[in-house]
Amino acid sequence: MTIDTLHFTPWASLGGGLLIGAAAAILILGAGRILGASGLFAGIVTPQGPLQAWRLWWLVGLVAPAVFARFVLLTPSPVFSTGIATLAVGGVLVGFGTRLGSGCTSGHGVCGLARLSPRSAVATGIFMAAGFAVVFVVRHLAA
Amino acid sequence: MVRSVVALAAGLLFGFGLLLSGMYDPAKVFGFLDLAGAWDPSLAFVMGGAIAVAFPAFLIAGRRGRDLSGDVIELPDNRKIDAPLALGALIFGAGWGLTGVCPGPGLLDLGFLSPGAAIYVIAVIVGMFAYRLLGVRLRSVLALAQDA
Repeated sequence: MTIDTLHFTPWASLGGGLLIGAAAAILILGAGRILGASGLFAGIVTPQGPLQAWRLWWLVGLVAPAVFARFVLLTPSPVFSTGIATLAVGGVLVGFGTRLGSGCTSGHGVCGLARLSPRSAVATGIFMAAGFAVVFVVRHLAA
Repeated sequence: MVRSVVALAAGLLFGFGLLLSGMYDPAKVFGFLDLAGAWDPSLAFVMGGAIAVAFPAFLIAGRRGRDLSGDVIELPDNRKIDAPLALGALIFGAGWGLTGVCPGPGLLDLGFLSPGAAIYVIAVIVGMFAYRLLGVRLRSVLALAQDA
């Protein structure tokens, strides 16, 4: 294994992680909810009851920093290099899989692990392994 | 009202955290998921930092039991490690590996007005609707298979 020292950003990533942890902390202590992006978004697009306004405010808050980055900080936009078909297929898998598996990177990987939930530990292990495996196949076997 | 303000603040912190950490960029995520290439371990630092802050918060939440509005904090109490959890995580991980995008960064990147993010988010919505249609049936099939 070789470490990509050129792109490795330990401090910025740690700092970003602290902010994400702070987001999870205030959402659970302030609003009694788990910071899970897939679950919160599913509550907007496929709500089980009446649409809850606070979920929309969460989404506004999540998108706003990118608008700020793009138009004020002039941060270059992220590159989605995988192509339309892959994004479409992958996105459907993400939408379906996160509902069946009750969470994604934030809900299981951050909040669940922080709660020492065995369910989340298993889910995180599986989705990480699947991510590693798919990238290995796409980049090193199929290419 | 309180819940909306808290949710807005949580969204902002989450979004800025994803930006600062680099996770908003699929290329960064691929750098982490590509173990056999030049490996970028940054995302492990994102998770470590996030968990370090969230861990005490969930301890406090478990003790206090109530949020700012005085409502009961309901932490998930399902302990079952079952087929839907495992299969769902597998399907999600495959989609994550294909795109380099998980739901939080996908939504955030809509703010860059990038077409890729829009395609991804629309596809996520389609997947969520598909689950709405098929999820109950799939869960009962999985339950039968587990009992057999």
